[in-house]
Amino acid sequence: MDFSWVFNYWPLIAAGALQTILLLFISVTLGFVLAIGLALAQVSGPHWLRWCAKAYCTCLRGTPLLIQLWLLYYGVGSLLPMIPGLRSSFLWPIVREGFFFAAVSFTLNYAAYEAEVLRGALLAVPKGELEAGRAFGMTRWTLLRRIWLPRAIRIALPTITGEVVLQLKATPLAFTVTVMDLYAVAYKIRQDTLLVYEPLAVVTVFYICLTLMITRAFRIVEMQVPIRR
Amino acid sequence: MTTSISCALRVDDVHKSYGTHEVLKGVSLAAGKGEVISLIGSSGSGKSTFLRCINFLEVPDRGRFIINGEEVLMKAGSADRVRPANWRQVERIRIGLGMVFQSFNLWAHMTVLENVIEAPVHVLGMSRRQATEKAEALLHKVGLYEKRHVYPAFMSGGQQQRASIARALCVDPSVMLFDEPTSALDPELVGEVLKVIRDLAEEGRTMLLVTHEMKFARDVSSHVMFLHQGRVEEEGKPEQIFGAPISARCREFTSSSRH
Repeated sequence: MDFSWVFNYWPLIAAGALQTILLLFISVTLGFVLAIGLALAQVSGPHWLRWCAKAYCTCLRGTPLLIQLWLLYYGVGSLLPMIPGLRSSFLWPIVREGFFFAAVSFTLNYAAYEAEVLRGALLAVPKGELEAGRAFGMTRWTLLRRIWLPRAIRIALPTITGEVVLQLKATPLAFTVTVMDLYAVAYKIRQDTLLVYEPLAVVTVFYICLTLMITRAFRIVEMQVPIRR
Repeated sequence: MTTSISCALRVDDVHKSYGTHEVLKGVSLAAGKGEVISLIGSSGSGKSTFLRCINFLEVPDRGRFIINGEEVLMKAGSADRVRPANWRQVERIRIGLGMVFQSFNLWAHMTVLENVIEAPVHVLGMSRRQATEKAEALLHKVGLYEKRHVYPAFMSGGQQQRASIARALCVDPSVMLFDEPTSALDPELVGEVLKVIRDLAEEGRTMLLVTHEMKFARDVSSHVMFLHQGRVEEEGKPEQIFGAPISARCREFTSSSRH
């Protein structure tokens, strides 16, 4: 085992870790917001909206993430330059990068999974607690913001933790669209040093640490409301 | 029965059906300020549905509702039913009707104190500090001040119900609605909740009480209504309903449930 390269490569490893964390953070936060909309559309939207949300979730959960990413990167990516003015706009440096496509496709995909989790959680909130909110004169919006959503999210929290960890492990796919994430860094080190296992071992440790941090963080959030078992 | 201008609540001719099953066949009620009206009757007589129609948790098919001097505006709905014309008005009127549920329905993700200040802060727009002061006084009154930072899941049924009474009181309702407040409690916990309700009755709060506690209803009520198959079968002073009921069904019911 030869780890002497670590000293030379640690800035690259750190940069890779940052890309991985950024991808995860962006897709989970934006995806979560999108998921709330999708879940609400399915639970209390009008018929057509309900159908649209359901179709979205089925399509995005039913196809491989790698294919979604490539469709976006090679398909939509090649159409973008045709939008008049986009190439000269301030957005171009962002939307021409593989990172942008990875972030978008991970967000859309995560939203579909999370929406299903939230849909179940919204339905699992006891009807009586919602009735109590209504009985105290809450508007639909106040009820959603103060009772329905916070309650549903707490119910879903253990599942959400799992989904976030799964999402972390999906991020290496970004490597296929030129993003220098953790896995891409390991690949680069292998090419440079001809070492196969050591770089993989180092990034593995990184992934494990990230997973531990995620589960720990969610555990703290969960502990805020004690549950009697 | 009081039908003067000092009516806190006046409800006329309420009808409600679920499919073909007619649960309420025209029930009316008028409650003067400070009156305690008990609704009694066997299961399925419509008393809970009637109570829930008053704050529109169940939307009645027909009826006229005047709550604290304000009439709920209705518009024609499907078939020959009516619906509230303006849900904003219903939401506003609900604030004046403090509801206590059979199954407590405290919000499980909030502590007792948070439960009590929730509506004052987020519905009435009261400041957090002011609401907390008020809530703490009310929790004192129902004997739960020490438990104010506890989550509902860690309390007994009796404690949860007392907390939910404090929650209802904190919005200063003009009428309190109790929907079988002791039916979900273990027998040894019933007393502590009834004591709180009795104190409220003696303070002169206007209350509607759906209950199976006959002795209690007899003690605290100024007026008792006996519902049978969606109609008011008999109503009057508690001495009359429990002592010398006119209707045969009422006599049967009150004598069978006398302890």
